[in-house]
Amino acid sequence: MSADRLSWGRFPRERAARVHSLHWPAEPLPRDASILARGCGSSYGDSCLNAGGTLVDTTRLDRLVAFDRGAGVVRCEAGVTLEALLEVIVPAGWFLPVTPGTRRVTVGGAVANDVHGKNHHRAGTFGAHVSALGLARSDGSRSVIAPGSDPARFAATVGGLGLTGLITWVELALRPLVSSSLDVETVRFHGVDEFLALSSESAERFEHTVAWVDTTARGAGFARGLFMRANHAPRPGPLTARARSRRLSIPFDFPAFALSRPTVRAFNALHFGLGRAGRGTAHLEPFFYPLDAIGSWNRMYGRRGFVQHQSVVPMAPAREAVTALLEAITASGEASFLSVLKVFGDRPSPGMLSFPRPGVTLALDFPMRGERTLALLDRLDAIVMEAGGAIYPAKDARMSRETFRRSFPRLGEFVPHVDPAFSSSFWRRVHG
Amino acid sequence: MAEAARVLVIGATSAIAQAVARTYARRGARLVLVGRDASKLEAVRADLVARGAAQADVKVADLSRVEAHPDLVDAAAAALGGIDVALVAHGVLPDQARSQASFEDARRTLDVNFTSAASLAHELANRFETARHGTIAVIGSVAGDRGRQSNYVYGAAKGALAIYLQGLRHRLHGTGVKVLTIKPGFVDTPMTAAFPKGPLWATPEKVARGIVRAIDRGTSGEIYVPGFWRVIMAIIRAVPERLFVRTKL
Repeated sequence: MSADRLSWGRFPRERAARVHSLHWPAEPLPRDASILARGCGSSYGDSCLNAGGTLVDTTRLDRLVAFDRGAGVVRCEAGVTLEALLEVIVPAGWFLPVTPGTRRVTVGGAVANDVHGKNHHRAGTFGAHVSALGLARSDGSRSVIAPGSDPARFAATVGGLGLTGLITWVELALRPLVSSSLDVETVRFHGVDEFLALSSESAERFEHTVAWVDTTARGAGFARGLFMRANHAPRPGPLTARARSRRLSIPFDFPAFALSRPTVRAFNALHFGLGRAGRGTAHLEPFFYPLDAIGSWNRMYGRRGFVQHQSVVPMAPAREAVTALLEAITASGEASFLSVLKVFGDRPSPGMLSFPRPGVTLALDFPMRGERTLALLDRLDAIVMEAGGAIYPAKDARMSRETFRRSFPRLGEFVPHVDPAFSSSFWRRVHG
Repeated sequence: MAEAARVLVIGATSAIAQAVARTYARRGARLVLVGRDASKLEAVRADLVARGAAQADVKVADLSRVEAHPDLVDAAAAALGGIDVALVAHGVLPDQARSQASFEDARRTLDVNFTSAASLAHELANRFETARHGTIAVIGSVAGDRGRQSNYVYGAAKGALAIYLQGLRHRLHGTGVKVLTIKPGFVDTPMTAAFPKGPLWATPEKVARGIVRAIDRGTSGEIYVPGFWRVIMAIIRAVPERLFVRTKL
């Protein structure tokens, strides 16, 4: 079977020696020397790659195990995608407790990366809603791990980048829903101060907040953006997982000039100019998953792929650090296509290697243009480290060992939980 | 009949059968699941119940025991209070080389893929004929459309099955009983895990959508899923024998 499976960023282009599919929850793991669970491959960098090793495809572990429609608790195999789960739970009046910006991830992947969403300031991370999970280790053992029964292994596995064994199933507490609509408000802001003021003013009143920021504008437009805040509609309405919508797909790699700095600047200016401030309602599908409507949007970045950079800095130095990050980008001549700012809340993340922590997070994506792109990302890392922050492994393809170590102070506690047969390109790069 | 159907799924742990059963579960159907492996059947049963099946019963059976088929079909009909749709989806994909080395091996393939499937279709047909109601949907294969050196034992079983079902359809014409022969092409399932995949391969979900659509429409006939296989197989069947024998197909 083809081992040509890339990550979402399509950089680096590393190949596994083989791909082994699991079809049944009780099936044994392959006895290869180096294995890594692989779901949808939606991590951006190399945390879902295992160059020269084996990828264990979990996407056929796609069965539900139990769904308590009264209590809103679902247990499912690890390869169930959020997309498939939503098709079942939304019509029954439930929603994911936390959702990332795409449905094309598996539940196992969501746990292994302890993903977050627009409601982090209220709900914390995905892992905070996991009540139990199944773990298969290379020694043949199978265990049920719950935060109460095995706190250390649970904390190692949630956010553990798939390194503590293979997650076979997950039990998740859902959030009730009376309608698939959200009441959404969009507010324009100019500058980091205004963003921070909007965030603190909105945190109490809105379940979901996120901001898009223009990283290409200089001068008076510096750090301008659109702040979106929303609540699930309290009025009973239709419960559908999908809006009636058309789907686009990018069928081929765009040429390199498609996302050059001038086109990205133009796009960002247009996005800001056309972004209407005001109130409205939106279906949950376009609200939470706008990019899912464009299949393979990663191919816009051409064959060389793209790199993401997501950082978090603590609240105290956030104003200066975020300003410094944005200044470094505008000064570099590189252009981030979609840049997202969000204030994380105080709810503790359950994993030893969980990325979210109180502070401000900035997510960026750059077309991969070799050394100059990497040099900028190193400068951004330096600013983040200086502020006592962290870089997100799920989006990383290039951070240094030192940056990784400083991002995750509980690394020493995590390492003994790593299964000796499990590894990834990412893990060998930052630790192995 | 699209709502809350009573569905018998034979070979319920196969990837295509699971995908079909999920569609019925979502509609609140009542199902009886037949297969060989109790633990796999339990995983499938739990999935279907979680997805909304009003009922999902499991029957563990060795389907090569043809003499047990009448009781099996009766038990399923009793559990459901009648059957609207029966999907016969069990089968094996043999290693052609082994079948060439030993006819015993080839015979096992014929027993499971032809005799056992035909026996179940027979038991279902006689009961459905009396009830003047029901759809018998059977998974055949494009491999049954022409004998080829690469898998003629499997092809012979599926080809014989297609002819058996064709006759059954003819016999039952006008009774209200539908007989649907499903001919999937390459499907990415555990049965085909060892094969390199290309653009002709379809997911079990895509094949299942084609099957359920045909059942919902009340099709009594042969369908190719995905549909482009009808064209491919028409071409393959049309190649004259003296040319065909020189190919490696």
